[in-house]
Amino acid sequence: MKLLNATLALTTALTAPGLALATPVTFTTQMNSYGGDGAYLAFYVTDAAGAYAGSLWMAGGKAKYYKHLPGWYAATGGDVGQVDGITGASVGAGRSLSITLDLQDALFDAGYVLHVDASVEDMSDSADDVVIPLTSATIGQAVVGRRYVQSVTVSK
Amino acid sequence: MLRSIHRWPGLAAALLVLVLALGGAALSVYPALERLGTPQAEGTLSVAELASRVAAAHPGLEQIRRAPSGRVVAWWFDAGKPGAAVIDPATGADLGSPDPLPGLRWLTDLHRTLFLGDSGRLVTAAGAAAMLVLALSGAVLVARRMGGWRRWFDRTRGPFAGRLHVDLARYAVGGLVLSSATALWLTASVFSLLPDEPPEPAPATATAGLPRMELAQIELLSGTPASALKELSFPSPDDPADTYTLTTDGGTALIDPGTGEMLSFVTPGGWERATEIVMMLHTGQGAAALGLLLGLMSLSVPALGITGLVQWLAARRQGLRIRGNAAPGQAETVVLVASEGGTTWGFARTLHQGLTAAGHSVHVGALTAFDPARYGQARRFLILAATYGDGEAPIAARGVLDGLRRLPAPPLAPVAVLGFGDRSFPDFCGFSRALADTARAIGWADLMPMATVDRQSVQDFARWSRDLGTVLGVALELSHLPERPQTQGLRLISRRDYGAEVQAPTAILRFALPRQGLWQRLTGQGFARFEAGDLLGILPEGSDVPRFYSLASAAGDGFVEICVRHHPGGLCSGMLTGLAVGGVVQAFLRRNPDFRPARGSAPVILIGAGTGVGPLAGFIRANRRGRPMHLYFGARSPQSDLLYGADLAHWQRDGRLSRLTTAFSRHGARHYVQDELRADAAQLARLIAAGAQVMVCGGREMAASVREALAEILSGVGQSPASLKAEGRYAEDVY
Repeated sequence: MKLLNATLALTTALTAPGLALATPVTFTTQMNSYGGDGAYLAFYVTDAAGAYAGSLWMAGGKAKYYKHLPGWYAATGGDVGQVDGITGASVGAGRSLSITLDLQDALFDAGYVLHVDASVEDMSDSADDVVIPLTSATIGQAVVGRRYVQSVTVSK
Repeated sequence: MLRSIHRWPGLAAALLVLVLALGGAALSVYPALERLGTPQAEGTLSVAELASRVAAAHPGLEQIRRAPSGRVVAWWFDAGKPGAAVIDPATGADLGSPDPLPGLRWLTDLHRTLFLGDSGRLVTAAGAAAMLVLALSGAVLVARRMGGWRRWFDRTRGPFAGRLHVDLARYAVGGLVLSSATALWLTASVFSLLPDEPPEPAPATATAGLPRMELAQIELLSGTPASALKELSFPSPDDPADTYTLTTDGGTALIDPGTGEMLSFVTPGGWERATEIVMMLHTGQGAAALGLLLGLMSLSVPALGITGLVQWLAARRQGLRIRGNAAPGQAETVVLVASEGGTTWGFARTLHQGLTAAGHSVHVGALTAFDPARYGQARRFLILAATYGDGEAPIAARGVLDGLRRLPAPPLAPVAVLGFGDRSFPDFCGFSRALADTARAIGWADLMPMATVDRQSVQDFARWSRDLGTVLGVALELSHLPERPQTQGLRLISRRDYGAEVQAPTAILRFALPRQGLWQRLTGQGFARFEAGDLLGILPEGSDVPRFYSLASAAGDGFVEICVRHHPGGLCSGMLTGLAVGGVVQAFLRRNPDFRPARGSAPVILIGAGTGVGPLAGFIRANRRGRPMHLYFGARSPQSDLLYGADLAHWQRDGRLSRLTTAFSRHGARHYVQDELRADAAQLARLIAAGAQVMVCGGREMAASVREALAEILSGVGQSPASLKAEGRYAEDVY
């Protein structure tokens, strides 16, 4: 269980005055037993236009491997500053990761989409292993991943 | 200093290094297994063909990777389910799960991180650094012990543990240096301490609105051989702007799936290529045979650890208690020991016992503790000094020479230096010689001239003790037994008797080869392997002190043969010459590798007298290739003590012996071998100029006369017995 009390420095549209209401949101990620070493996971958000809005979490400590998280890497150009202070350990096969963040309420039902990229040593990189539109409807629903992630649940 | 650098990290890091080495050795097998279990693509296969085969079998193909072993793995996502398999490049068919072989991940994790993540990586890197320091300092020590880098692969000598340590190390050290240095490189790479980040191709997007081309139509894919492929990623079906990403040995390219054009390209930098090579060298991935070799070398690490520890413990034991040691201030005789392995302490103990029994008060101490003021009653100093390898001071005596030079005045009591060393090194007893020279230089009076003991020779030590007894006015004959040897019973199977008529009863004794266990045969211990010229130690009944006889046969002859002359009153020679066929003696083998013909086909001049002909006859018997061998043989009378007379004639007929020259001291012209040498001076000089080797076996006086005669003969050709000896072409076995 990881608890992070930080308001995300997302794009200016999200931090505009009057939208500063924040609520703790928990992301619970369960990994598949894929038979490899610990996975690097990048959690990031795109806006309604599909443009990068900000990063929520980076599981995996060595920046030299971030290019194996193709969606995140393409969106940020590999900018390590985007995950400064929101980085943790990689997540082993079959294990789960839970992160709690203070997110602005305006992130929900506004076209924002959560993307999770995954990468495992000596295995294929998996961009968009999980994609979850951030809407009231998806809260509490376990969304199934493609390859390494079994599911991600967003809960308030 | 160097040796402590080699020792302390050795002990501290032993366990860590052991885990890393054994893990590495186990891991080294995997690349070879993978290579063997991988079907190889045909040489003409292109990336496009390979990818088409895989894509046909697996809709939703996302990525193909090819390992240096040729193993091809594909990943796909089809009908909502991910899949991955090893692919047969010839057919595109699945060969099963791409999961690593059993144990590989566990071993890799242990070897990299000890299951401790990044902190574990730092610990293993420290282990690799320790290994590197050990290997490099050890290499310098080996070179020093062998007498130089050029003698790296010369024969090793000394106690078994030390020999095995050096033997293993000098073959394995290259691999250990390579493995540990590459390990440090890889650690630095993982922690991004090296600028070896692979460059990324500039981002590019596919031309909008075009359908995706067939793989075979994309020039870059059909023109690239599958053997160069590292990775091919397919454009996402959901993203029309996505491209192919092709990575080969030459770089990474982004390819437009609609036009087949290369959109951007980047080649790896020098650092990245270097890291790739280092990775291959360290893991054996892509160089399986090298990997196995390095793994094999890693296996030597446990043995190196154990033999290193044994040596260290043996060196520590040197301070064993001396019973009845007199106090330094009371002793009249002070024995000072500078010893490497501790064997010299054994001699010191024997000396202490002998002198104490003769009524002297004796103190034995370490040479490093030497301080003239401590020995108020000292009448004489005896220094027993070992030399390590080629002239190096033992650890236990470093700084001693400087200490002597700093003395304000030389000690009043005179000193005698006895050097212990190995004559096979060019700088024999170099340290004790330096010690004696320094003593003389500071004006310390000599009690006796410096003497030497070659390879713990019991005879050398006994001779010195006799001389010491003469100086002290006591009868002293010290028999030192370094360790009671493990003997085996040898049964006499035949004897030939000579010399009774000339008052020199002599016998050629032939013993049955004792039965050898499997272990002895495998390790060449005991009587499993020996050559003529090696020494047979025999323990006479009623004594623990062995007598040594030169062997006249090799293990291959199937018997153990020696020549023995009966000395009046001689305990061992009396027992042996009186032995009846079927009788048994207790014996052991000691190697004497310096007394045997050098390899090659250069002529050999053998010079022997009396029983000294034994090993020479053994060399001739073994000379089945018919290399030129000239024997000068001194005896008393042709009718009585011409040992091996009939054999020599036979060997001459079948070409094993080129020429036989005999000298008889009690018959005809009454010649000695040295006279015959002088008579053949011209021919001998020619033979030696042509590279001949000289081997002398017999009594001390005979050897001295031969040396003198050869010095005269060789002065004409600018050589001398000493210069030949320096070249390894003059060997003596003298008793």
